Amino acid sequence: MTERRHSEFPIDLEALMKGLQASPNADLVTRPTGRAVREAIEAAIADSAPHVAVSVIDFTGVRVLDFSCADEVVARLLLRYLPPERPGNVFFLFRGVEEIHGHAVAEVLARHGLAAVCDFGEGAFGLLGSTTREERTAWSTLERRKRISAGMSASLLGSRGDAMLHRLSERRLAYFDPAGSASSLSALARPVPPRDEP
Amino acid sequence: MRVIEIPASLDYRNIERLLARIEVAETGPVLFDARRLRWIDPNGMLGLLGAGKVAGQGGKRPRISLPTSIEVAGYLERMGFLRVAAGTFQPLPRRVRRRPVRASDVLLEITPITTNSDVHEVVDRVQARAGAILSHTLGYPPTAVVQFSVILSEVCQNIVEHADGPGWVAAQSYNWTRRLGRHVVVIAVSDLGRGFRASLTAEHADRFGDRWGDVTALEAAFLLGLTRFPDIGRGQGIQQIRKQVARWNGLLSVRSGTARIADTPDWSRNPPVEEGLRHFPGAQINIILPEHSGD
Repeated sequence: MTERRHSEFPIDLEALMKGLQASPNADLVTRPTGRAVREAIEAAIADSAPHVAVSVIDFTGVRVLDFSCADEVVARLLLRYLPPERPGNVFFLFRGVEEIHGHAVAEVLARHGLAAVCDFGEGAFGLLGSTTREERTAWSTLERRKRISAGMSASLLGSRGDAMLHRLSERRLAYFDPAGSASSLSALARPVPPRDEP
Repeated sequence: MRVIEIPASLDYRNIERLLARIEVAETGPVLFDARRLRWIDPNGMLGLLGAGKVAGQGGKRPRISLPTSIEVAGYLERMGFLRVAAGTFQPLPRRVRRRPVRASDVLLEITPITTNSDVHEVVDRVQARAGAILSHTLGYPPTAVVQFSVILSEVCQNIVEHADGPGWVAAQSYNWTRRLGRHVVVIAVSDLGRGFRASLTAEHADRFGDRWGDVTALEAAFLLGLTRFPDIGRGQGIQQIRKQVARWNGLLSVRSGTARIADTPDWSRNPPVEEGLRHFPGAQINIILPEHSGD
């Protein structure tokens, strides 16, 4: 079996919040609570460096998410890991935001000019936030195929295909491996298969 | 003794009648005479509390005469007014004759807001009560309770983050049969902090030059989303509340200093901007959410 060169860091926000004094219940409200949760997430994934990691932030057990908290837990978290001097090579995928929390997440992302990959359940993934039509087209193709090998981008996405995949990678919406292949975050976030028993 | 007579009806429409009579830090004894009061909404209750606090800043706590109507006095008790007012007014003159407490008819009692924990408590408390009112009474979708909680969270955080002073929140549902022919939910939030103008002056007054004042400060926060914090993620609270209240065809008004600004739906006669009002400390936010009309 080929050893995977990335790891997955699932973050169950409901469980994480239970251990924080700043969040007395399942409501992600107020900026100090959001800040405390974001810092707890950052601490939890700090061990991932220098490996590539996908952190799945699961909002499923969260009752209320206000805009101040969404700004901290989603937008500011992404901003920390966006620039090249990021604390670790971590990508983020958000789960459980679709119906109830999607509006708050989309609003704070758009305000910062950010976008994020979201798991909408039953194998459906989508983008929330600020994206161009070209970016969405390239992302959808990559998401459908899960992986685009080096040299295939032009035939699948046109002459600007390679540039668009790099653009997605810069925005942390896709992963470019050293060999030049692009992978969707949903592919990277698949549960790691168990090691073969000796 | 200066007697301030409380009108028989005290709600968001005539709260200025009360505020116009309040002097900051009254030196002599003051009596708020509420004996004739027959109708009061959360805006009226928080207005009365704020007026009492402001009048008492001179060092002498004012007195209050409670309504003679047992129904109104009982309603004030159920809404938590008497409990909170005990810290504002001199010992209340008489006990309210108790009727069976009907806690279920109160959406959100008057709740002091001073810390982020208070905001958590408010959001937690309304979850159970607001769901049925929003979906069954107002005809909103089942997920509306989350958006309603977000509105409450954001307006309460406004007190903690910007006011630097004590504040309260209260909410209640009413059947406005004659006024609107529909049910409504009324949310009132009030603080006695520094107000929008003082909060924004250091960061934004220069760019407005001579036009800077209570109205421009409210416009800066309400229309442009400016806050005293320079970073881009701030200021979303009021903007998002405006969007959500508009989706529900509701009324949203913010009064601060000598001005009031509002998003007014077609059913309201409120002007979008009022200025030259009597100065009152802090900020007073009024939100009215009407029953879905099915249009």
